[in-house]
Amino acid sequence: RVSSDGKPPKFQPPPKPVIIDRKTQKEERRFLSPEFIPPRGRTDPLKYYIERKDMIQRRKVFSIPEFYVGRVLAVTTADPYASDKSKRFVGICIQRGGKGLGATFVLRNVIEEQGVEICYELYSPRIQAIEVLKLEKRLDENLMYLRDALPEYSTFDVNMKPVPRMEHEEIPVNKLQVRMKPKPWSKRWERPKYNIKGIKFELPEHKMKAAQKWSQPWLEFDMLREYDTSKIEEKIRKELNEELEK
Amino acid sequence: SITGACRAIQKLTRVRVVDNSTLGNTPYHRPPKCIHVYNKTGVGKVGDKILLAIKGEKKKALIVGQKMPGPTMTPRFDSNNVVLIEDNGNPIGTRIKTPIPHTLRRREGEFSKVLAIARNFV
Repeated sequence: RVSSDGKPPKFQPPPKPVIIDRKTQKEERRFLSPEFIPPRGRTDPLKYYIERKDMIQRRKVFSIPEFYVGRVLAVTTADPYASDKSKRFVGICIQRGGKGLGATFVLRNVIEEQGVEICYELYSPRIQAIEVLKLEKRLDENLMYLRDALPEYSTFDVNMKPVPRMEHEEIPVNKLQVRMKPKPWSKRWERPKYNIKGIKFELPEHKMKAAQKWSQPWLEFDMLREYDTSKIEEKIRKELNEELEK
Repeated sequence: SITGACRAIQKLTRVRVVDNSTLGNTPYHRPPKCIHVYNKTGVGKVGDKILLAIKGEKKKALIVGQKMPGPTMTPRFDSNNVVLIEDNGNPIGTRIKTPIPHTLRRREGEFSKVLAIARNFV
């Protein structure tokens, strides 16, 4: 810029570069896989400690990505009976179960109008690769109702390209309301026991009211069922971060 | 109405014929039902032979997919799938569109012809 005096403008130092240290941010890993949290019981915590050590060993060799129910994954497993000795399956994760080394997840897809579900073990040495195709959360933790939903909600293209995602973005919650096939369903999903928010119930009002008869509103106040995992989670998270950085 | 209890294949289970044979695909007022399972126990899993009653005829068939969850890493289908077979093991249809589990390849000797007409493997 030319100042009014004709002299060169006053030297303004350039703005200091803001260094975002990604490493320090990565240390606060917000996500802890649910299979690390030991279930409530009277077993010796030593057993869970040994299991966790084995799980960390496996994770060092083979990276298991961040996981939520409702995520679309492609899993390649080693199979002696398949051509090329390996097979690839793409599907949406409908539930995660099990604790410790036996943790499983179920992937569902509809191939050629036939619904297929496969239950994989996370820590099995037969799994060669897990690719994340779409990272998103759904409104529920258990998407078993997709079996009774219209097949279009469970179809995913086998050659789907992975959806690109920024590293520090929030994980999007898909508020999709799924339409169901006509009743009868495998389970009565309208009952409050399942607490499903992701279905668009097209049932008449009196049926929805009749389903509320089975609601147990005292359950959330039951103190004997409380299992506060926050402190346990923090301990385990510290352990994990220490071990994985070694 | 759908009976949900057993989910593996036993006597009187309604099955779905999956190949493109005329017997399996022509509509009939009664669905194909299993009348006998060639097994020590009467319960048929994937890879077992059963006797079907279709259109008033008796036909042998091979179980290709079941609703009951099996060992981990094996697929679980949403319907009990079956492929029509002759007594010597030759399939009657010429093509199988629906996916078939890889575990059937273990018994290549018996099922080689069925595996040859299958298109997708899961």
